[in-house]
Amino acid sequence: MHNEHSDTHFQSRIDNGEHIESKDYMPEGYRKHLIRQISQHAHSEVIGMQPEGNWITRAPSLRAKQILLAKIQDEGGHGLYLYSAAETLGISRVELIENLQSGKAKYSSIFNYPALNWADIGAIGWLVDGAAIVNQVSLQRTSYGPYSRAMVRICKEESFHQRQGYEIMTKMMRGTKDQQAMAQDAMNRWWWPSLMMFGPHDTDSPHSSDAVKWKIKRETNDELRQKFIDKTIPQAELIGLIIPDNNFSLDEKTGHYKISPINWDEFYRVIAGHGPCNKQRVDHHIKFHEEGAWIREAAVAYKQKHVKKELETA
Amino acid sequence: MATDTQLDLWEVFIQSKSGLPYIHAGSIHASDNKMAIQNARDIYTRRGEGTSIWVLPSKHIVASNPDDNDMLFDPSNDKVYRHPTFYVMPEGAKNI
Amino acid sequence: MTTKDAAYTYTIRLGDDALILGHRLSELCSRGPILEEDLALTNVALDMIGRAQALLKYAADIEGKGKTDDDIAYRRAEINYYNHLLIEQPNADFAHTIARQLFVSVFEFLFYTELEKSRDETLAAIASKTIKEIKYHMQHAIDWTLRLGDGTSESHNRMQTAVNDLWMYTGELFEMDEVDAQLMRDGIAVDLIPIKAQWHNDIKTVLSKATLLIPEDTYMQTGSKKGIHTENLGHILSEMQYLQRAYPDAVW
Repeated sequence: MHNEHSDTHFQSRIDNGEHIESKDYMPEGYRKHLIRQISQHAHSEVIGMQPEGNWITRAPSLRAKQILLAKIQDEGGHGLYLYSAAETLGISRVELIENLQSGKAKYSSIFNYPALNWADIGAIGWLVDGAAIVNQVSLQRTSYGPYSRAMVRICKEESFHQRQGYEIMTKMMRGTKDQQAMAQDAMNRWWWPSLMMFGPHDTDSPHSSDAVKWKIKRETNDELRQKFIDKTIPQAELIGLIIPDNNFSLDEKTGHYKISPINWDEFYRVIAGHGPCNKQRVDHHIKFHEEGAWIREAAVAYKQKHVKKELETA
Repeated sequence: MATDTQLDLWEVFIQSKSGLPYIHAGSIHASDNKMAIQNARDIYTRRGEGTSIWVLPSKHIVASNPDDNDMLFDPSNDKVYRHPTFYVMPEGAKNI
Repeated sequence: MTTKDAAYTYTIRLGDDALILGHRLSELCSRGPILEEDLALTNVALDMIGRAQALLKYAADIEGKGKTDDDIAYRRAEINYYNHLLIEQPNADFAHTIARQLFVSVFEFLFYTELEKSRDETLAAIASKTIKEIKYHMQHAIDWTLRLGDGTSESHNRMQTAVNDLWMYTGELFEMDEVDAQLMRDGIAVDLIPIKAQWHNDIKTVLSKATLLIPEDTYMQTGSKKGIHTENLGHILSEMQYLQRAYPDAVW
């Protein structure tokens, strides 16, 4: 199917702002890039259930437990929407899960950090989801139709996530000394990793140029990171949290904050598998996937026995 | 042992209010009819989005081929007489 | 015992069932056999926590000492929790989770259908909201009981084991004491005798359709009405109450 004419036509559709649908012609590189990006995004949602899940049974109030459960459930739902979007590109969920468990597919490194105190639940909602939302809002305009539709739905649902995180941080900063210390501790541990979520600087990002040309990605890593920094620092200051950076400053001319250099060694170390929880997160996924096998088999076996009846009633 | 699966892929259509059309919401995995309805409910109506659900196995969807778009959709572009604005009404005509 | 004391105990017993089952189900988050089922179980957990809030808040109102639903949920000693023993049994595997859901939801369906007619308007209102949720929980549990019971030989064996393991905790669902007796006279509490017969009938129908055997009624465990639990509850509470206990002055 590949030919120059199709590729030119494809690019002109992209340039005209059209959306690409699953059955439309697309260059192999576009399809591959999408599968990598969407599945990475889906896996991030699913693995992201774990650090927050670590606190469900210890949530300090019924309201907090409800909110946290609903939020983690949303993450699962978002993983599911994104797996579905990836499936329209001709890859099955079975393959997607295999790739996650074998390490072939990545997920956001942020989830390889542990959630150690209750304020971490606040920090994850406020900083991690906050960073994710900046990225996701931008992706609503992505050129691939099923991905774009999933992102629209996800953005709509995620709007409460960041607010609930900030609410927790606010409550704790207005609370006892112990609570304030927990909040600051969480801030110290999540601030830098959340900035790393946007990926390497544009100059060092291997996939950026094609992704921008194809309008899969609508803004660059650095543009998105800057947006996040600019809106988050005043929020931190409002509730009395200290930014764990001795040298950040507001550039009065541009209105943008400048921060100290990011520790990219840490970023690449965690991506390479040496974060605090890499092994734990993947092991957890494998364990419950394997424990679920007999249940899925039972569902299939039951259906096969009763399929005739079901077709009659269908 | 049977090969493990993630169950079958289904498409989900949700009607948000009675009288409105069913709109494609997305997909889910399920093994049987009942599970498909329940999963669709649990995934796509968590915020009161629905009053009714349709599900069908994705393999039963028949889609038009994008290569046929010229043939299928362009010919209707010049049939302006199908739209009410094509017709000239006399000045002062009401309720038409 | 005054009607008020009886109503408090009655309400808190119902509230604790919802509280502890919500907790048990919430443990399953990110542990489902397939992503869709993960979300489904979370929905049931959320229904339970919502019901616990309503009931424990009402218990606090009856008590009249200005406590919140959280004070009641998080600040009691183990002996003052009154959820049924069945409720606190662990999610040993998916079959145990489903068997527990089946026994509980069929019971709750019958129970709350009656409670909707209670002369206590608050309980009746909570019942009428909750019954819709329970119908769905029951459908979900029945469907999975059929799939597991009549699925593969492994799933059949696991489901039969779960049914057998949990059976001894089902007798307690139908126990009544002086609290029930007093409130039944006032038209507030539900008579569990007819419910017991109906429950057995319904469970038998589901289990036989799922090709499962109904266990013999041997010795039934008891104790929760007096706050005597299995060892499971202490562990649930030590997790659940951790922050409230460690930082008693904090507001969350």
